[in-house]
Amino acid sequence: MDIVMLSRLQFATATMFHFLFVPLTLGLSIMIAIMETRYAGTGDKIYLSMTKFWGKIFLINFGLGIVTGITLEFQFGTNWSRYSAFVGDIFGSLLAIEASAAFFLESTLIGIWIFGWRKLSPKAHAAVMWLIAGASTLSAVWIIIANSWMQHPVGYVLRNGRAELSDFPAVIFQKFAILQFFHTISAAYIVSAFFIMGVSAYHLLKKQSVQFFTRSFRIGLIFGLIFSIFTAVEGDMHGVHVSEVQPAKLAAMESHWETTTRAPLTLFAIPDEKNERNFIEFGAIPGLLSFLGYHDINAEVKGIKDFPREERPQVLIPFLSFRAMVGLGTLFILLTIIGWLRRNRLLESPLYLKLMLLSIPLPYVAIEAGWVLAEMGRQPWIVHGLMKTSDAVSPLAPSQVFVSLIAFILIYGLLGIAGFYLIIKNAKKNPVL
Amino acid sequence: MDLQGIWFFIWGLLWAIFFVTDGFDFGIGILYPFLGKNDFEKRIMINSVGPLWNGNEVWLITAGGVTFAAFPLAYSIMFSSLYSGLMLILFALILRGVAFEFRGKVDNKSWRNIWDISIFAGSLLPAVLFGITFANIFRGLPIDKSGVFHGSFFNLLSFYGILGGLLFLLLFLFHGSVWLSIKTGGELHDRSKATALMLWPFLLITALFFLGASWFFTKLYDNYLANPILFLDILLTVAALFASRFFIKNSDFFKAWFTSSIIILGSVFFGIIGLYPNMLPSNISPEFSVTAYNASSSPLTLKIMLVVVIIFIPAVIAYQAWAYFLFRGKVTKEDLAYEESY
Repeated sequence: MDIVMLSRLQFATATMFHFLFVPLTLGLSIMIAIMETRYAGTGDKIYLSMTKFWGKIFLINFGLGIVTGITLEFQFGTNWSRYSAFVGDIFGSLLAIEASAAFFLESTLIGIWIFGWRKLSPKAHAAVMWLIAGASTLSAVWIIIANSWMQHPVGYVLRNGRAELSDFPAVIFQKFAILQFFHTISAAYIVSAFFIMGVSAYHLLKKQSVQFFTRSFRIGLIFGLIFSIFTAVEGDMHGVHVSEVQPAKLAAMESHWETTTRAPLTLFAIPDEKNERNFIEFGAIPGLLSFLGYHDINAEVKGIKDFPREERPQVLIPFLSFRAMVGLGTLFILLTIIGWLRRNRLLESPLYLKLMLLSIPLPYVAIEAGWVLAEMGRQPWIVHGLMKTSDAVSPLAPSQVFVSLIAFILIYGLLGIAGFYLIIKNAKKNPVL
Repeated sequence: MDLQGIWFFIWGLLWAIFFVTDGFDFGIGILYPFLGKNDFEKRIMINSVGPLWNGNEVWLITAGGVTFAAFPLAYSIMFSSLYSGLMLILFALILRGVAFEFRGKVDNKSWRNIWDISIFAGSLLPAVLFGITFANIFRGLPIDKSGVFHGSFFNLLSFYGILGGLLFLLLFLFHGSVWLSIKTGGELHDRSKATALMLWPFLLITALFFLGASWFFTKLYDNYLANPILFLDILLTVAALFASRFFIKNSDFFKAWFTSSIIILGSVFFGIIGLYPNMLPSNISPEFSVTAYNASSSPLTLKIMLVVVIIFIPAVIAYQAWAYFLFRGKVTKEDLAYEESY
């Protein structure tokens, strides 16, 4: 295996593993802040119990998110040194700002939240969780601005053999970043919502601490419903923008080979990349692709064949991940609508509760699929239109990267098992009331 | 002072602050199996850094991030050249971090043993490896004109490199034992104080040895000889070394910790001042050295980032100081009885 493939696999392993924990941190921090604020405001001890119950799970998850994130910042330098030298003037600043403004705040405050119960008033302690939620969100903002620059580089000039910053506001306020941020954060809220709902459903099925978990379920439900719909609607806007600025990605994720107007959306296909066609395709809905991509049923959608071979992403993985993401996203809307309709009769809906328990992993699959789509669809570029992934790696011996890749898989695998075990153990516990 | 010079100083400062803060976390983690004679004492030790270690560790992320933002060429060459060592450090830090959080969550001896080993290894490895890394940077790396590193991890384990590792190890052990003296009472306190006093002569000898070895193995002294006033850094560091012993003997532990911090700051700056303007000197040829001037970002980026650090770094120091203040005082048996403690 060559060093580009090994380095890509390693980065993918590290980021996708990290991203198992980040979405829950983003959403659960807000939900816990809401619970804690209710406690601070009303003095009702049930909210304190809820804060502590969900808080315990939150801390296990948060810890894993933090430690797996450290390796990412350094991995740009270790494995992608040529990329770092080329884009550092812009990309490096965004990461440094993320660290100075967001990481410091969330990491300092988490210690205060964990240990400061007796040192702060309930209102102050709740405020700390709000700040943690804010800091995590801020961190997401900056890293997405950074990724968006890779997808759609703006505000730069090519000088001294590298990309140099020429317009900072253009980089941080660009449309791609705004749309990608809202899409990602709301998807994270769906993950968190379904997590809370699923764990609550477990207890409601056992008729344990019913009032506690009904309230928890409802908080998750409101989040889940609002953001399932929001993610779909905003996702459409983001998709339209991606179609405009990354047409090869659109073609790949649709396995759309020939340029056509009134392009159909194909429900299922197996691409035959060598021969530039699909082995199998069925479920073609006429005009839907043009409509989804450009909000115009007669719009021309470029086919993959229109792009030079050296500028085409791989087709199968973007195609499948897009369908997984959208299919699941639609399911989330359905499940949360059903939940809303049955919100006062949850105990009499064991089938629904069971479904919600089993659905906990689904938003994780959807959110990872979405990110895989974003990154695989951008290939072969590491910076779209500017630098190829294959030109971006560090001058290392493949054996070095092979060893570190194995180490990542082993260590993350073990930590994942330990963390998963702890989260399930604490999720199943009957809360102290 | 020009923009790159200012940034060179900030870069050094961030690494130095990282070593002053996470340094005592490392120290405690390494002392852990030796000073923590039972589960209770081990928990006291972990809880003495419990609320603070996470915030302390972010100074590393920021130091790395700033290296990337202000000196992207240095970032890319440093981190790819020192690949194996850096990967080891990162994995160790991961294990340490998870260990703090996970250790107390299952009431099982084998579970705790695994995380105890992780705390120890996760503190020892970074401490020693950072020392080896920086010593090698001070000495120069085999970097060619394309910034490619011609060597392996084992090249870093030269005499001077290992001496650097030993120095950092002793600095952090000392710093950690002083911190423990502040945060603990009873037998653990007495043991911590005794440890600090026991370590001190080794620290002194190693530090002086390192100063001497630097004369032969590096070109650090060139800057000092050209600007003799810079020797003040060395004098201040050595003075702090002697002062710290005085304060420990008198059980004046806050002052001892303050001077211990000065020792670490002074040691890091001994190297930073000596390196200037190099960031990664090349021992193949001086023309291939990565400097603050050939590795820096554009003036626009440096200016924007300067505004960012001027706003945020003082704010971070302020609210981290508040966290240290909030959790002042000794860690007691009562503290450990609460469910939130580690």
